[in-house]
Amino acid sequence: MDETHLKIFIKGTTNYFGQVARDAAEIGTPYLKEDNDNVILDYSAVIGISGSYRGCVYYTAPKEMIRKLIIHMGEHNADDALCADFVGEIANTIAGNAQEELGAGFMISVPIVLAGNPGSVRFPKDAPTFVIPIIWQGSKSYLLICVGESVTA
Amino acid sequence: MKLLIVDDSTLIRRAIERFANKFQFDEIRSANNGANALKEFKNFLPDVVTMDITMPEMDGLTCVEAILREKPEVQILVISALADKSTAVEAIKRGASGFLLKPFTEETLITSLEELFEE
Repeated sequence: MDETHLKIFIKGTTNYFGQVARDAAEIGTPYLKEDNDNVILDYSAVIGISGSYRGCVYYTAPKEMIRKLIIHMGEHNADDALCADFVGEIANTIAGNAQEELGAGFMISVPIVLAGNPGSVRFPKDAPTFVIPIIWQGSKSYLLICVGESVTA
Repeated sequence: MKLLIVDDSTLIRRAIERFANKFQFDEIRSANNGANALKEFKNFLPDVVTMDITMPEMDGLTCVEAILREKPEVQILVISALADKSTAVEAIKRGASGFLLKPFTEETLITSLEELFEE
């Protein structure tokens, strides 16, 4: 996956926040994750990628931002369980929407959700991991893309 | 008229329920995966179902087929983030009445349900 493919996820993220939050998110300059970059906030979700591609899509966000988004969506009580649930749904939607340009071979798993800081998250080494900063109402979250094409024998 | 909402996200189930209240369903129930949806369906026998695809235990497309074997006249709106056109085509092939892409808004959900009722 190269920088051209990143545009697919940036477009998906912009569309997501535009529709759900009804308030555009600012997309920061994407960069390549270094081994010592620890991008883990209060809630994180990982989507496994299989089929014609392999790797993962990972979204991590601070509690304050997720709570605000949930209230924005009409909920009155944004508890921890709902925050974790919502981070999984954001990751699922952005990853699933990427199928529009990557095709049905870009197969996604159900989200695995992490609440709290697990210390570190290991990403596959066989593909570069791109970090896309997402700023919404002053809070910053990150979408990490670590996806390569499947190697067939 | 009864509605069954199937999605593994609590937030999405609640949003659909809130938006669908416009239609004054007699009763609304929900399930968090295909396997639980099938159990709930057999007891509840709803007229309308909204169905996610990517869920644990039983995916939504398998569940669509299983539900239609129980009650062929049920109207099923598949609501998924999977944006490749072949996904929507597959959902319709398996018997769904409509397909709505996530993320959805109150307006797009209401329009999709209205289209379902017009059929």
